[in-house]
Amino acid sequence: MELKKRKTDIAGFLSLGIVRLTFFFLVLILLLLLGKIFIEGINVISLEFLIDEPRNNMSEGGIGPAIFGTVAVTLLMVLFAVPLGVFSAIYLNEYATDTFFTRIIRTSINNLAGVPSIVFGLFGLGFFILFIGKGLDDVLQTGLLFGQPALLWASATLAVLVLPIVIVSTLEALNSVPKSHRDASYGLGATKWQTIKNVVLPQARPGILTGTILAISRGAGETAPILFLGAAFFLPNLPVADLCIGDYCIPMINPTEQFMYLAYHIFIMATQSANPTKTLPIQYGSTLVLIVLTFLLNITAIIFRYRFRKLLGRL
Amino acid sequence: MEEKEFFQKAADSKYAKKIGKHTRLKESLIKIFFAVNGTMALIFIILIFVFLFKEGFKALDHIGLLDFLYLDRPDASGNIERVFQWYPTSEEPRYSLIPLLIGTFLTAFPATIISTLLGVGAGIYLSEVANPKFKEFLKPMIELFAGIPTVVLGFIMLVVGASFFNDLLHPANRLNAFVASIGLSFVIIPIIASLTEDALHSIPNDLRMASYGLGATKWQTISKVILPAAFSGVSASILLGFGRAIGETMIVLMCAGNAANLTSNIFLSVRTMTATIAAEMGEVSQGSDHYYSLFFIGIVLFTITFFLNLIAEIIINRMRKKNTF
Repeated sequence: MELKKRKTDIAGFLSLGIVRLTFFFLVLILLLLLGKIFIEGINVISLEFLIDEPRNNMSEGGIGPAIFGTVAVTLLMVLFAVPLGVFSAIYLNEYATDTFFTRIIRTSINNLAGVPSIVFGLFGLGFFILFIGKGLDDVLQTGLLFGQPALLWASATLAVLVLPIVIVSTLEALNSVPKSHRDASYGLGATKWQTIKNVVLPQARPGILTGTILAISRGAGETAPILFLGAAFFLPNLPVADLCIGDYCIPMINPTEQFMYLAYHIFIMATQSANPTKTLPIQYGSTLVLIVLTFLLNITAIIFRYRFRKLLGRL
Repeated sequence: MEEKEFFQKAADSKYAKKIGKHTRLKESLIKIFFAVNGTMALIFIILIFVFLFKEGFKALDHIGLLDFLYLDRPDASGNIERVFQWYPTSEEPRYSLIPLLIGTFLTAFPATIISTLLGVGAGIYLSEVANPKFKEFLKPMIELFAGIPTVVLGFIMLVVGASFFNDLLHPANRLNAFVASIGLSFVIIPIIASLTEDALHSIPNDLRMASYGLGATKWQTISKVILPAAFSGVSASILLGFGRAIGETMIVLMCAGNAANLTSNIFLSVRTMTATIAAEMGEVSQGSDHYYSLFFIGIVLFTITFFLNLIAEIIINRMRKKNTF
C-alpha cells in the first residue's frame, strides 16, 4: 500500500512564518529603542553625573539627589510593604481555609494589582495626606508637618501599590514548601507558629527576596502616583535630617520633606524644563540609569526565582 | 482506626494537655495577628473605594451629574447650545467628561488592537513554536520588557517615536492619540503575550497529540484545536491589557498632546482621564470644584478598570477549573 503524501499546508506554513516574524519584529524594535537610549545615554554617564546635583537651572550637572530620593523612597516602601505582604501571605497560605471570605481577599489582591497607578496617587492624597497626615497634625499639635506631600506618604502609597507583588511572590514560595515538612514539624511536637517560624519561612526566604526585589524595581519606576505626593522638580537640599540621641547625631532620611525622584526627573526634564532640547543628553543619561537599575533588579529576581524553583525540583 | 478518631484521641491524651494555656493563648493571638494582616489587600481596596468616593461625590453637590456629560449654554443670539468641553479653569467652567472618555478610548482601543495582534502572535510563538531551550531564555526576556518603567517608554516615544511618525505620516498634531497608542502597546504586548502563553501552555498535551494523530499540520493544530481551547484565557489577557491601557498615565501624558479635543481622528491630540488628573491635580486648589471633579474622574477610572479586572479574573478562574482534567 502506498501512503498518500500529505498535502503541503501552504497557508499554515505562511501563518507560522508570520507568527515567527511577529516575535522577532517585536524583539528587534525593543532592542532598537533600548540601543538608542544606551548609545545616547552612555556618553553622559560618569561618576560626577551620578553624584552631582543639577546646576545652572537644571541644564548641567548630575542626578545625585534624584538617585538619593529614589533609594530613600523605595527603602521606606520596602519597610512598609514587605512585612505586611509577607504576613498577609502567611495568613492566606498557612491559616486560612478556602472560604468565601478568603476568596474575596484573593480577588482583591488581583484587583489591587490592576488599579491604575494614578488612582493610587489620588488615594495617597485623600487617605494618607489629608486623612492620616492632617489627623496626626491635629492630634500631635505639630502645625503643618504631616498633612502635606512628603517622602513618607509617597513611600506609603507606593507600598500599597507593590503589596500585591510581595503577596503573590510570598504565596508562591510558601506554597512550594512541601506539606511533609510541616507534618514532620508537627510530629515533633512543634506548634503552628513554631512550624511556620522554623520550618516554612526559612525555606520560603528566596521567594520573599524575589518579591522584594520585584517590588523595588516596580516602585522605583513608578511616576504617576508620586506626581502630587511630594516629588519635586528641584531641591537644593537632600531630604536628610540629623537624628540626635543626646550629643550623638547621625544623618537620617527625613520622611516629612519633599524629594527628587529619578523617574519623575525624566518626566519633568522631558516635558517641562526650560529648554528640553538642550538638556536632551541629561534626559538620555537619566533614562539609561533608570533602565539599568530596573533591569539589574529584575534580572536578579529572575535568577533568584529560577534557582529557587530548580532547588525545589519544579523546573 | 479512623483518622479522625486517632487525632481526637491524640488531642485528649495526657501529653496534649501538656501544651499549656499560655501556649494556646499565644498561638491564637499570633493567628489573629496574621488574620488582620491577611485582610490588608481587601482593606486597601475598600479604603481606595471609600476615599475616592468621599472626595469625588462632593463634586456632585456643586456640579451635578449631568454637567459631567454636557453643558447647555446660550450663544450670542440666545439659542441654547450644547457643549461637550472639559474646561474647568475658565470663568464659566465646563466639566464634560466626554472629551476625556473619548481621549482615553481613542488611545486605549488602537493600543489594544495592535497589542492583541502582536501579543497573541508572540504568545503563540512562545508556547507552540519556539524551541523549548530557547523559550526558557525568551520568557524571562518578556518579563524584563514588561518591567521597563512607563516613563521610559513615554520618554522614548516623545523624543524618537513622535518624530518618526511625524516624518512618516505627517499627522495634524505631532503628539497625537496614535503615537500614544503605539507607546501603550509596548506596555500591553508583554502582558498579553505572557498571559496568552500561560493559557496555551495550560492546554493538555493530549489534545495536540490527538490532533497530530488525525493528520493535522502544526498550524491546523494551533488554529483549530489549541486556540479555541484556550479562547477564554486569551480573551482574559486582552481584557487585562485593555484595562491596563485605560489606566496608564505617563505615556499618554507625555505623548498624546493633552488637548481635550472632541474628535474621532486618531492623528489629533487628545487628553485622557489619567493625564487630566496627573496634569491638573498639582495646580488645583484643594477644596475647589475642580479639585473634587478630578476625584470624580478617579472614580470613573477606578470603576471601569475594576470591572474589567473582575471579569478577566472570573474568566481565568473558570478556565482553571475547566482545565483540570
